[in-house]
Amino acid sequence: MLSPVDEREMSEAVAGAEGPLRLVGGGTRAIGRPVVGEGLSTAGLAGIELYEPGALTIVVKAGTPLAEVQVALAAENQRLPFEPMDHRGLLGTEGDPTIGGLVAVNVSGPRRVQAGACRDSLIGVRFVDGRGTVVKNGGRVMKNVTGYDLVKLMAGSHGTLGVLTEVAFKVLPGVETQACVVINGLSNGAAVAAMSRALGSPFEVSGAAHTPAGVDGHPVTMLRLEGFADSVAYRSAKLKELLAGDGEITVETDPVRVAAAWQSVRDVEPFHGRDGDVWRVSVKPSDGPDIAARAGGDVLFDWGGGLVWVLVAPGTDLRAQLGDFAGHATLIRAREETRASLPVFQPEPAPVAALTEGLRRQFDPKGILNPGIMS
Amino acid sequence: MEMPAPNPAILSAKARIVARLRGVLPADAVIDAPEETRAYECDALTAYRCAPLAAVLPSSTAEVAAILKICHEEGVPVVPRGSGTSLAGGALPTADSVILGVARMNEVLETDYDNRFIRVQTGRTNLSVTGAVETDGFFYAPDPSSQLACAIAGNIAMNSGGAHCLKYGVTTNNLLGVTLVQMDGTVVEIGGAHLDAGGLDLLGLICGSEGQLGVVTEATLRILPKPEGARPVLIGYDSNEVAGQCVSDIIKAGVLPVAIEFMDRPCIRATEDFAKAGYPDCEALLIVEVEGSDTEIDAQLGVISQIARKHNPVELRESRSAEESARIWLGRKSAFGAMGQINDYMCLDGTIPVNELPYVLRRIGEMSKDYGLDVGNVFHAGDGNMHPLILFDANKPGDLEKCEAFGADILKLCVEVGGCLTGEHGVGIEKRDLMGSQFSDDDMQAQMRVKDVFDPTWLLNPAKVFPLAVSDAHRGVAA
Repeated sequence: MLSPVDEREMSEAVAGAEGPLRLVGGGTRAIGRPVVGEGLSTAGLAGIELYEPGALTIVVKAGTPLAEVQVALAAENQRLPFEPMDHRGLLGTEGDPTIGGLVAVNVSGPRRVQAGACRDSLIGVRFVDGRGTVVKNGGRVMKNVTGYDLVKLMAGSHGTLGVLTEVAFKVLPGVETQACVVINGLSNGAAVAAMSRALGSPFEVSGAAHTPAGVDGHPVTMLRLEGFADSVAYRSAKLKELLAGDGEITVETDPVRVAAAWQSVRDVEPFHGRDGDVWRVSVKPSDGPDIAARAGGDVLFDWGGGLVWVLVAPGTDLRAQLGDFAGHATLIRAREETRASLPVFQPEPAPVAALTEGLRRQFDPKGILNPGIMS
Repeated sequence: MEMPAPNPAILSAKARIVARLRGVLPADAVIDAPEETRAYECDALTAYRCAPLAAVLPSSTAEVAAILKICHEEGVPVVPRGSGTSLAGGALPTADSVILGVARMNEVLETDYDNRFIRVQTGRTNLSVTGAVETDGFFYAPDPSSQLACAIAGNIAMNSGGAHCLKYGVTTNNLLGVTLVQMDGTVVEIGGAHLDAGGLDLLGLICGSEGQLGVVTEATLRILPKPEGARPVLIGYDSNEVAGQCVSDIIKAGVLPVAIEFMDRPCIRATEDFAKAGYPDCEALLIVEVEGSDTEIDAQLGVISQIARKHNPVELRESRSAEESARIWLGRKSAFGAMGQINDYMCLDGTIPVNELPYVLRRIGEMSKDYGLDVGNVFHAGDGNMHPLILFDANKPGDLEKCEAFGADILKLCVEVGGCLTGEHGVGIEKRDLMGSQFSDDDMQAQMRVKDVFDPTWLLNPAKVFPLAVSDAHRGVAA
């Protein structure tokens, strides 16, 4: 395993590589087609470079443990807006997630519906491309249209375009309180309709999830509200009014229970420790119930129905089962042989695939950075 | 501003090129008479003008594809144009180029409230997107000040922002999908009504690429439910430092205003003379707006006012009604007009880290004395996006050049303190030659490689964004 300690060494390691490199952050997000190559760790590039709470911005070296960033932000009552999922429970991995790994996978959680994805909060990157060249893009200010936006491109590129060495984020203030409006007993279709009504209301819903089989086996739909206490109380009441008639509605205000419920959605806890492959399907919310019906396995809806987590028997080709649909399906958890035989990422139409391939060749002409991981 | 010499072979082939374009478009969609092409000689950066070879006004994606295919075959550069409101010269033609205007493509294709998106042709204006959904309680969030006129196509090209970015983000955060026509006529669908990319985030790359990667003909945009209400508080201070500190304290307190606007003394005076909004005579003025129900607004304004009072404001006025809100916004909204009343002005667009505000304003004041040109500052203080307005006299020989040099110095200062050259207007030709102050050659090479993939012959929106000397080799490949 190569373990450079700074950006210059990282650049030298890539420039001097004679074969494929397998990029390693915290090693907790084993997503994608398995990569064979020499390990290249970002662990040596760690530390918070700059944090300006009054400007809502933070700049961090890529190998920094996520937990360290979250502690620093919490000390100023701030947070990463996109509520990143912790993949360890679902994937059965160990270790400490890094901030760079988070960006490479563009990890977002339930708050994505309100505050955007990881890529929306990411405002700057430094990376080493496949030639070993150090490139910066974006910066540390939240409004910046100078030149092309490679920041978004790097988010979710799974290390195939460059090795991230530094990332900068826009952050948000933490909240005083949160509450969860809970509806019991809805069908998938009724749940998505209710979530759409809530997300289409002015009450600033920051999470909308549905499980057909909650803790006691019955369907539960959850809508989260965050903010100052009076405001949350007001909006909970309004939301309850708006959704009246949709089944039994209660408002959960216990902070521990609310936090636990959303962590469960964020980390897809209902599928932890259960046999089977896990797929992540992204569609427009109203297509969610149909996707669930076609998939046939256990499901969990997040993002108002637009993100469908599916648990199916090992080796299932979910895409074959779904047929044509508008959106994409990604195989998140499966045995290596399944990930090696089924495309992990949704195959792209030819013209899009040509652009993708063209970008890979430009940024990594030797094809050494996590080769094949996004197939 | 240096522009590449027009290709004589294209100029002499004008008749053939125009005839071919006429072959795929209705008669009134091809403009080639010199007295008519002049209408396209510039955008809102009027200091630079050059009439194009021809202008075309397609009505569909298929027509755009046909136009691009012909231009690609003929090696003719194409300059995409939305409404022509760019302040950066993003739609400035070259003499050998065809202007591709999307103004006729302004239909709403699909409105979906359940899934909270609207799909439009990109010639539609920003404000009319909101116009199509507001009676149903929705709006499209990015709100550039030209929103009455500017087209979604241009918003996507420049990744436009607006005053409400602190809460709602800019164009890229509200764009779900595009139909992109590549220079060779290939039509590509990227994204859709779902929220995230399945592979590489090409959508994020296209947004803000200044029309250099393809022509976006249709867009799927996120629409949001309108808040129940919004009201501002006006706060005046006797020092920029204190106003800056107040902004920082508000943000740290956990309130997320929808807008924090800042005006300095020269700007306050000019707008007071012009609009008589009743602003206090002070060094720095803040307008902080929050959203929600009436009681939620009261509570948030209460928190903000409490913080503001700790810094001893010379004035603090919470709006209690729509009339009071309008009065508070009146001066800010007429700031550009007020400055224009005094003289010609150039509007800059750098972004700085918010905490550098006092230092940057002091330096701008010093430079203003050195250059002998007045400057007023309007500033989206929440996100650090500054709009210094430099006053000059276009009829006075040398004044424009002096103003441009002053502007360049301000933008370099923005970069020096950790900011950037442009927060929401784009590079265009205006900031093209300053790119080297923010980016290394390697940084720019990486960006130009993207252009090589999407438009290998570098025909789309030529001579913009990258300094000519830096892009020579890439454009040379084309020749």
